[in-house]
Amino acid sequence: MIAETGLAALWLAAALAALQLIAAWAGVAKGEDSLTKLVRPVAVAQGLLVALAFVMLVLLFLRSDMSVALVAQNSHSMKPWLYKFAGTWGNHEGSMLLWVMVMGLAGSGIALFERALARDTHIATLGAQALISLGFYAFLLFASNPFARLDPAAADGQGLNPLLQDPGLAFHPPTLYLGYVGLSVAFSFAVGALVTRQVDAAFARAMRPWVLGAWVLLTLGITAGSYWAYYELGWGGWWFWDPVENASLMPWLAATALLHSVSVLATRDGLRAWTVMLAVVAFSMSMVGTFLVRSGILTSVHAFAVDPRRGTFILVLLALYIGGALALFAVRVGAVREGSRFELVSREAMLVINNLLLTVILGLVLIGTLYPLLTEAMGTKVSVGPPYFNSVAGPLALGLMVVLAAGPVTRWRRDTLRAVVARMAVPLLVGSVALALLVVLAAGRIGILPLLGLVAAALVGVASLAPLWGRNLRRTPLFTYGMVLAHLGCAVSIAGMASESAFSTEKLVAARPGETIETAGWSILFKSVTPVAGPNWTAMEGRFAVSHDGGAAKELRPQARFFSEPPTNTTESALLTRWNGQLYVVLGDSLDDGRWQLRIWWKPFVTLIWGGGGMIGLGGVLAILGRVGRGWLRRRRGRNAEAFA
Amino acid sequence: MTRWLLWAPLALFAIFVALVAGGLLKPDDRQIRSRMVGRELPAFVLPAAASDRVGLSRADMATGKPRLLNIFGSWCVPCAAESPQLVELARAGVQIDGVAIRDARPDVDRFLARWGNPYARIGLDARSALQLAMGSSGVPESFVIDGKGIIRYQHIGDIRAEDIPLIKQKLAEAAQ
Repeated sequence: MIAETGLAALWLAAALAALQLIAAWAGVAKGEDSLTKLVRPVAVAQGLLVALAFVMLVLLFLRSDMSVALVAQNSHSMKPWLYKFAGTWGNHEGSMLLWVMVMGLAGSGIALFERALARDTHIATLGAQALISLGFYAFLLFASNPFARLDPAAADGQGLNPLLQDPGLAFHPPTLYLGYVGLSVAFSFAVGALVTRQVDAAFARAMRPWVLGAWVLLTLGITAGSYWAYYELGWGGWWFWDPVENASLMPWLAATALLHSVSVLATRDGLRAWTVMLAVVAFSMSMVGTFLVRSGILTSVHAFAVDPRRGTFILVLLALYIGGALALFAVRVGAVREGSRFELVSREAMLVINNLLLTVILGLVLIGTLYPLLTEAMGTKVSVGPPYFNSVAGPLALGLMVVLAAGPVTRWRRDTLRAVVARMAVPLLVGSVALALLVVLAAGRIGILPLLGLVAAALVGVASLAPLWGRNLRRTPLFTYGMVLAHLGCAVSIAGMASESAFSTEKLVAARPGETIETAGWSILFKSVTPVAGPNWTAMEGRFAVSHDGGAAKELRPQARFFSEPPTNTTESALLTRWNGQLYVVLGDSLDDGRWQLRIWWKPFVTLIWGGGGMIGLGGVLAILGRVGRGWLRRRRGRNAEAFA
Repeated sequence: MTRWLLWAPLALFAIFVALVAGGLLKPDDRQIRSRMVGRELPAFVLPAAASDRVGLSRADMATGKPRLLNIFGSWCVPCAAESPQLVELARAGVQIDGVAIRDARPDVDRFLARWGNPYARIGLDARSALQLAMGSSGVPESFVIDGKGIIRYQHIGDIRAEDIPLIKQKLAEAAQ
C-alpha cells in the first residue's frame, strides 16, 4: 500500500504541476484572472503531494520492503538505519524524487511567503518552476519509477557500495543537490522576470534568499567533500581538480558571482541583464555538473554513479531548459530597461570586477574540464590536470582577493581611489608587513603563489573587518556581520591553502615495526601492524606512537582496508589534529622484506581550509537570517519596501 | 550592445550540447592508428623521473625484446585507473618503460608509492617534447615497441582490464 500511495501522490503532483503551468501561462499571457488565482494554491498542493510521495519512499527504505525493486537493488535489511535512510536518495530514482520534492516545496514556499514581487512575475516564476518540475516528473513516471514492484519479492537486498557507507557521504551528496535545486529556483525567478520584462530591485530581493541558501549549501557541500577526499583517499591532498569536483565548483563560482550581482540589483538597481544571465548560467552549471557526474562522459575517480542513458535524459532536459532560457534572454533582454549607472570607482564597479574574475575562472575550469571531450571529438584522448588548473585559477583567485579587500569599503555609485586607499591603509600596512616578513624569512624556499596567498590572506583578513570599524556594533545589521564573516572565512581558507602548499613536509619511508621516524619535530614510533576485521571488510592496522618535541605520546591507527564485495582497497589515514596543523599518517603496501611503506605528512594550519569554508557558510546563514528577518519585520510594520542597503 | 551579441550565449551553449551529445552517442573508438605506427622511435634522452628508477633514452629501447612504452602523468586520474593493469602486465613479464609528462619527481614518487610501480625505467618529459614527437597528444597512452625500436602499436587512453589480452597479443606479434 505504501508504494501505491507514493505512486498515486506522484502522479497527482505531476498533474497539478501541469495545471500550474497552464494556469500560469493563461494568467500571464491571456490575462485570465480566474486561472491566475489557481496558481498559488495549486503550487502549494503540488509541493505537499510530492513531499508525501517522498515520505512514502523513505518509509519503504526504513522498513526494507524488498517487494519494491528500488529497495531490493539499493538496500539491505541488515544495514544500520542511517544508511537505510540515506539509501533513499543514494540512487538515481530516489535522488530524482528528492530533486522534484525540493523544487515542489520551494514552489510552495514562493507561493505562500513571497509578497513583494509584482504579481505577474510571481505567477510566471511559479509557471517556470512547474515547467522544470514536469521534465523530472515525466522521467520519474515513464522511465524510472521509484515505486516499481518486484514480483516475486527479493529475499534480501543487494546492499550499497561500501565506499559510500560513510556518515559524511550519507549527507554530502544531498547537500550539494539541495544547492543545485536552490539555483533552479533562482533560474525560475529569472525566467519569470524575463517573461514579464520586470527585471528590477523587487525581483532581486525576492530571488536573493534562494541564491544565498543555495550558495550556503554548495559551500558546505564542497567543504565537506574536500575534507572527505582528504582523509579517505589517503593522497594527502585536499583538492584534485577531478571532473566531479569541478562539477560542484562551477555552480559554486556562478552562484558566488550571482550572489554579488544580485546585491547590486537589489540595492542599486544596476546590472539587470547580467544578473538574469548569471541566474541562467548558475542553474546551467548545476545541470552540467549533474550531467557530467551521471553520464560517465569524463573519466573520474567518482565513477560509481554512471549510466549513459540517464546522461542522455539530463542532456535533453538541459538543452530544452537552458536553450529555451537563453533564447528567451536573447529575445527579451533588449526590452529590459537599462539600470542605474555608476562610476568607475564605486562598490558596483568592484562587484563587476568580482563578477568578471569569477566568470573567467568559471570559464577556464569549464574549458579544462571539457577539453578532453573536445580533443576526443578530434580523435585523441587527453587528461587535463592540476598543472593547468592551479596555474590559471591561482593568479585570478589572488586578484579576486584584492577586490574582496577593497570592495566592502568602497561607497556605492561613486567614490575616489584616494579615499578607498585611505580606508584600506591598515590592511595594506598589514599586507606589506606580511610580504616583507615572508620575503626575508622564506624567500626562495616557498613558491611565489603560496607566498602571495599568505600575503593576500593577511590583507583580506584585516580588510574583511573594515566594514565594522567605526560602526555601532549593536546596530549593525545581521547581514553585514554575515558578509564580514564570509569574507574573513575566505582569508582563513586561503591562509590554510597557502600554508599547506608552502610549509608541508612529506616523508616517504619503508620501515619495520620497532623503528622510529623523525620528521618536522615529530617522533613517530612504528609499533606494530595488526589485522583487524570490520562488518564487511578486513584491514591491516598500523599502530604508531607519535610525540612532538618529547611531549606526551599519542596513538595513531591508520588502516589499509580490503572490501570483498565488490573487491576494493581503501586507505583510512590517521590524523592527529593540533592547533597549528595536522599530522597525517598512511599505511601503504608491505614489502617482501617485512618493511611497510609509510607516508607521513606534517601539514601546518591545513585545517584552516575547511574552517574557513565553514565560516563562509555560516556567514551566508547570518546573511539569510538578516535579510529574511528584516523583510519580515518591515512587512509586519506595514512599511514601504523601499530604500535600504 | 548589438542585438546579435545577445544570441552569443545560446550559440555557445549549442556548441556545448553538440559536443557532449557527440561524445555521448559516438561509438567507442579506442583503436585509432597513429601515423607514427610502423616508424622508428625518434631519438631522445630523458632524465630520471623517479627516485629509484633510472632515466630513459632511445638507446634503451632497441634491445631485441619487445616492450611497452607507457606515457603517463602523476597528475592524471585515468593514469591511476590503469595502473593495476600495468602492474598485472609487469607481473606477467612484460617490460614496461614509462615517460612522465610535465611532472615533478616528488609527485611521481608519490604516485608510484600509491599505485604501484610497474616500470623498469622512467624518463621525465618536462615539456612534452617526446610526447609530441611520438604523435601522442594526451595521457595515458601506451606504445608497443619491437626489439628494433619500431613503434608497432598505439593504445590511446587507459589500458582497461579487457584490453590486456590485446596488448599481450600485440607484444607477441612484435616479438616475431
